[in-house]
Amino acid sequence: MKLYSVITLLLCALSANAQKIKIPYEQFTLPNGLNVILHQDKTIPRISVNVWYFVGSGSEKPGRTGFAHLFEHILFEGSKNVPEGKFDEWLEAAGANNNGSTTEDRTNYYEDLPANALDLALFLESDRSFLLASLTYSTVDGQRDVVKNERRQSYENRPYGKAGLDVPALLYPKNHPYSWPVIGSMADLSVASRQDVADFFTQFYLPGNASLCIAGDIDLVQARKAVEKWFSDVPAGKPVAPIQPVSAALTEEKRVVVEDKVQLPRMEMIWLTPANFQPGNAEMDLVAAILGGGKNSRLYKRLVYDLQIAQNVSCYQGSSKFASDFHIAVTARPGIGLTQVEKIVQEEIERLKNELPTERELNRVVSQGESRFLSQIERSGGFSGKANQLNEYYFYTGNPDYFNEDLQRFKAVDVSDISAATRKYLRSDARVVMSIVPEGKKDLAASKN
Amino acid sequence: MKKIFIAFILASLFHPGFSQAPVRSGPPALDKVKSLTLPTPVRFTLSNGLKVVLMEKHNVPLVQVNLLIETGNYDDPLGKEGLASFAMDVLDEGAGNFSALQLSDEIEYLGAQIGSGSRPFSSEVNCTAPIARLQEAISLMSTIVLRPAFADKEIDRLRKLRLNGLLQSYDEPNAIANRAFNQLMFQDNSPYGRFSSDNSIRSYVREDLLAFHRTHFVTGNSTLIVAGDVTRESIQPVLEKYFAAYPKGNAVAKTRPTPTQVKGRSIYIIDKPGAAQSVIQIGRLGPARNDPAYYAANILNTIFGGSFTSRLNNNLREQHGYAYGAGSNFSFWNTPSPFLSSSSVQTDVTGAALGEFFKEFDKIRLPIPADELNRGKNYNALGYARLFETNSDLASTLGSQVLYQLPDGYYNGYVGKVLSVTPQEVTAAANQFIVPDNMLVVIVGDRAKIEAGIRQLNLGNLNFLSIEDVLGKKPVL
Repeated sequence: MKLYSVITLLLCALSANAQKIKIPYEQFTLPNGLNVILHQDKTIPRISVNVWYFVGSGSEKPGRTGFAHLFEHILFEGSKNVPEGKFDEWLEAAGANNNGSTTEDRTNYYEDLPANALDLALFLESDRSFLLASLTYSTVDGQRDVVKNERRQSYENRPYGKAGLDVPALLYPKNHPYSWPVIGSMADLSVASRQDVADFFTQFYLPGNASLCIAGDIDLVQARKAVEKWFSDVPAGKPVAPIQPVSAALTEEKRVVVEDKVQLPRMEMIWLTPANFQPGNAEMDLVAAILGGGKNSRLYKRLVYDLQIAQNVSCYQGSSKFASDFHIAVTARPGIGLTQVEKIVQEEIERLKNELPTERELNRVVSQGESRFLSQIERSGGFSGKANQLNEYYFYTGNPDYFNEDLQRFKAVDVSDISAATRKYLRSDARVVMSIVPEGKKDLAASKN
Repeated sequence: MKKIFIAFILASLFHPGFSQAPVRSGPPALDKVKSLTLPTPVRFTLSNGLKVVLMEKHNVPLVQVNLLIETGNYDDPLGKEGLASFAMDVLDEGAGNFSALQLSDEIEYLGAQIGSGSRPFSSEVNCTAPIARLQEAISLMSTIVLRPAFADKEIDRLRKLRLNGLLQSYDEPNAIANRAFNQLMFQDNSPYGRFSSDNSIRSYVREDLLAFHRTHFVTGNSTLIVAGDVTRESIQPVLEKYFAAYPKGNAVAKTRPTPTQVKGRSIYIIDKPGAAQSVIQIGRLGPARNDPAYYAANILNTIFGGSFTSRLNNNLREQHGYAYGAGSNFSFWNTPSPFLSSSSVQTDVTGAALGEFFKEFDKIRLPIPADELNRGKNYNALGYARLFETNSDLASTLGSQVLYQLPDGYYNGYVGKVLSVTPQEVTAAANQFIVPDNMLVVIVGDRAKIEAGIRQLNLGNLNFLSIEDVLGKKPVL
């Protein structure tokens, strides 16, 4: 009767809500430098092959922005032994799904496929290392148009979308690797040449600059043999020089007004906060939840529930390797000026700085986070399953099974840390305040009194 | 070509373990697919007759409990469009002795999530909880289900949220296109073509919500679905304790009229000046879920617009670079229901892109090459194990089984049924369901820039609508 008899996670209930999560894994490095992580989970007869290349938009040169992401697209267009179009055709014919994504720090690719098709995924992923043999100008040109349409669809034709493209340059100093958007500029995308693409590939798409994780219904010995077989002939290439970013620190408050085709005005405040997994980073995730997660959160309750002058509130921290950015976004009701919204947001920030939150408030947001950890380990594949998470932890911390340490970061925070972190990072004199207003309605923008 | 491929398979069979050097001359031969056999779900009823369907899954200490109610958006009374959705939204805004804020606090404190909402033909209250907090979470869920307050204060608050949400949709090209498509496809007050409006949102009163709850939250219209780290022995007493008071009663008869097919070809352009892309939606009525051509239609759609390598995506994205993506799908309701193909294309190529859709409609009616057909079948059949990976995947799959009245064992027979579809059946489905002369075309974009290109195609009469024609008069708030 029991469908899932193989228990791959060892979970021991310590107290009511506290479990120790253990994701057993095997890790090894090939002579060419490729890091490999294997994790067995026989819940369903499928596997996920997940590859991180440690290159994102942060490795681009100014004037060639959007390149890492354009490159991600090109990697689906075939390689030395995979004719154009066949990468996806062969995978779909085996019952697989696949995708890729790009951030400032990395580019990831996954193939989720039936357990019998591991060799196919490894063949395709390893053949990507022999891209240059097949790369043509027309491949680059074709994907350039696709990416421009991705930019139109995700930013230009979406309410409030365009303003987001301006944020990196406001937040980071010129030449900082995070000072341009991942999607890049239309002008830069237009000039990318085949040679640019080839140089980028030779410099960054190397086994020593990548991690391969296979999670799912695998035999550990056979999977290791298969990885050795498919990846051992991939040349090591030259070591990748680490990025040395200029230091990022906002030293003033920048106020910006953007007009867009929207009905309701929106205010967005953005701060720089500590890098992923650095001290202060977990505190700020919790501050975001206390301010904007759920009906009882400070800003939602005040602006949406009690005063009803806002349509929605969103608070989150986007965490990356060299710095993170912390966002508070409030969409106001018609006729409500953003100056009024800003005043209340500021009051709530000051209150969190000056009065400790309650224990219950903190416990509530930590419990929610803890349950998300459990939900996350239900799935092996996709962008948020275990295969991707093992690679992510490896990239940011060096330890693939960082689940417990990560959870512990949040459980170790106490109420005084919350107020202290709010004081330290949510400063009024070091932030971006952006007003996005309906066309012709600049009078609704948040103005400093 | 085929011979070389067979020789390659033989070579790899004869030299297992020796040839560690990769052979990159073609895709590797694969072992036999491992099948997934699902157990029969456990079924029982509580003392009040409430049906329970359970599937155990023990790898993560979480449980998913869904209350499935077989009443949805398309059962809304005339003039009260959006009521099911609104009632399900207000449901958890205070219940029993808890205010809206207290409820939310209690749920979050447990590390649980309880949500409620509606779909076209069903509504649901969903609970995800750590197994260690099962009792408390189910207790809160049952309070929400059995004793919702529907307080006027919360109704008025959520009404304002809705009206503002409606206002925001005047800028959302996809929302405008969806609505226009369904309003034009289903006319004459068909429940499938009616949407919430300024008027309907302002019309809901507390009694409407109470009546919705009283009428539809009854044993004959509901099923509890459980998936996760529990057994019948562990969960039945908990459900009995908290849901034995769920009201007995029969489901009321529902009006689910059979819609009429699109006649001829009509094109509607909804002007959105300055739009960077045009949203294109083209379709007509396709089959019902219980149509014998269900499997053939699924394969057809995979090939036409249901996968990355599908013809629509390949044409509009890969070959022409007109769009980030393009796709299609069949709705598969219990009545004939929309087949829809869609894309967001860059403004200056709108006419050309529309022409490509129609070329693909014509082409898909011709016999499909064998490799393409096999890819479509495999993608469908071999991907199906994904429906059973997480607790919420399992619970929603079991929910579909209830809504479509699929027999136990249905999913175990699924792969075989997909693989046994013949090429003739797929082409017959294409000719039956994709009829280019009978299509409704909706385009939301910058009329001044796209009209000429569309007119050139001579597809049929052009009709012009404003955003307010589609969404109604903008709410004044």
